[in-house]
Amino acid sequence: MKVVILGCGRSGASLALQLAAMNHQVTVIEKSPESLRRLGKTYPCRIVLGNGLDLDTLEKADIKDCNAFFAMTRGDNTNLMAAQIVQRNFRVERVAVKVADPLRAEAYRKLGLFTINAAALLAGMCRDWLLGEEFKPIDHYNVDGVEVEL
Amino acid sequence: MSYYVIIVGGGNVGIQLAKRLIARGHETVLLEKDSRQAQKLGNLLGEEHIVYGDGCDILVQKVAGFKRADIVVSVTGEDEDNLICCQLAKEVWGVNRVVARVNDPAHEAIFREIGIDDTVSATGIIFSLIDQQISSDELVPVGHLHKGHVEIVESTLGEKSRLIGQAVRDITLPQGSFIAYVFRNGAGMQVNGDTIFETGDMVVAMVPTARAEELRSVFADIA
Repeated sequence: MKVVILGCGRSGASLALQLAAMNHQVTVIEKSPESLRRLGKTYPCRIVLGNGLDLDTLEKADIKDCNAFFAMTRGDNTNLMAAQIVQRNFRVERVAVKVADPLRAEAYRKLGLFTINAAALLAGMCRDWLLGEEFKPIDHYNVDGVEVEL
Repeated sequence: MSYYVIIVGGGNVGIQLAKRLIARGHETVLLEKDSRQAQKLGNLLGEEHIVYGDGCDILVQKVAGFKRADIVVSVTGEDEDNLICCQLAKEVWGVNRVVARVNDPAHEAIFREIGIDDTVSATGIIFSLIDQQISSDELVPVGHLHKGHVEIVESTLGEKSRLIGQAVRDITLPQGSFIAYVFRNGAGMQVNGDTIFETGDMVVAMVPTARAEELRSVFADIA
C-alpha cells in the first residue's frame, strides 16, 4: 500500500518503520530535519520536508495517489486540520488522526473522522491485560473513555 | 442589542477587538492560553473579561460559556488553532456565528469548505489595498457571502473604462449580479437605473463567484 504519514515523532516514525519493513511504500512529511533521526541511518521511506498543512507539501508527498494518510504530529489541531484537508481535497480513502485530548478525539469522531486517542487506547489495553481479557478492535478502546458531561 | 462575544487569542488583534467590544457594551470574554499573558490581560482589560486556558479545549470552552455565546472569534496566530476552535464552537456548542483569522491565504478556501464562512486574513486585506492602488480596471474582492458563493467586489473606474458615460440601466450585468453602491468624490450614493458612471467612481457590486470573470469584462477598459 501507499501510505503517507505526517509527523516523524515517536509514533509516526515507528509506524513508518513498521510499514516499510513490510514493504509498503511510505512517505513521511516532517518539518524539522532533526526528527528524521528516528528513522535510522538509511531511511526506508521517502521524506518530504515541509508543513503538512501546506497543500504544495501534501502534493509533493503524492497524497492524491495514496491509500492511507496518518496525521501523527504532536499537535492535535494540526492533525485534525491536516486530516480534513486530505479527506476533502484529495479524497484519500483511509485517514487516521492521532488526537491526544480525549474530548477533542470524541468530538471529531462524531463528525466522522477516525480519531485515535493514545491515552484511552493504552488504558484500555492495560485494563484488558490485567483482567486477562482478549484485546479488542481499536474502536472499542476509543469509545471506552469516561464521559464528561458538558 | 448586546451580544456575548468570546475572543480566542490574546495577542494584539484579540486585545484591540476586546477593547472595542467592551467599550460598545458587549459582554466580552478573551481566552488566552499563556498564563503570564493572561495575567497581563487581566490587569489591562479587567479580570472579569479574561479566561485563562486553551481555547480549543472543550472543558475550557465550557467554563468560558461557549454554549451561550452569540459569536466566537478565533484570532490566534495559528490557522489550525483558529479552525479547530471555530469548528468545535459550531459543532459541539451550536454557536451560530464564528469568525476565524486566517494567516495563510491559501487556507481560506479550506476554512470555507469546512464550514467556517467568516474568515479574516490580514494578508488578503493588505493585498487588496495595494491592488486597489495600482490598478484602475481591476475588480478587487472585498468579501464573500453565502459560503463564498457570492463575492463582493469593488472597482475604481479609470477614464478608459467602458462604463464611463453609461447609465446603470443600459449595461448588461452577469446573471445574479448587481451594482450595490457607488462612491463618488468620497461620498457614497445610492444607485438607480438613471445613475451615470463617471471617471473615478468607486463601484461596489455583488456577483456570484462563478460569474466574477464575466463581470470583469463589463468593467474592463476599452481596448
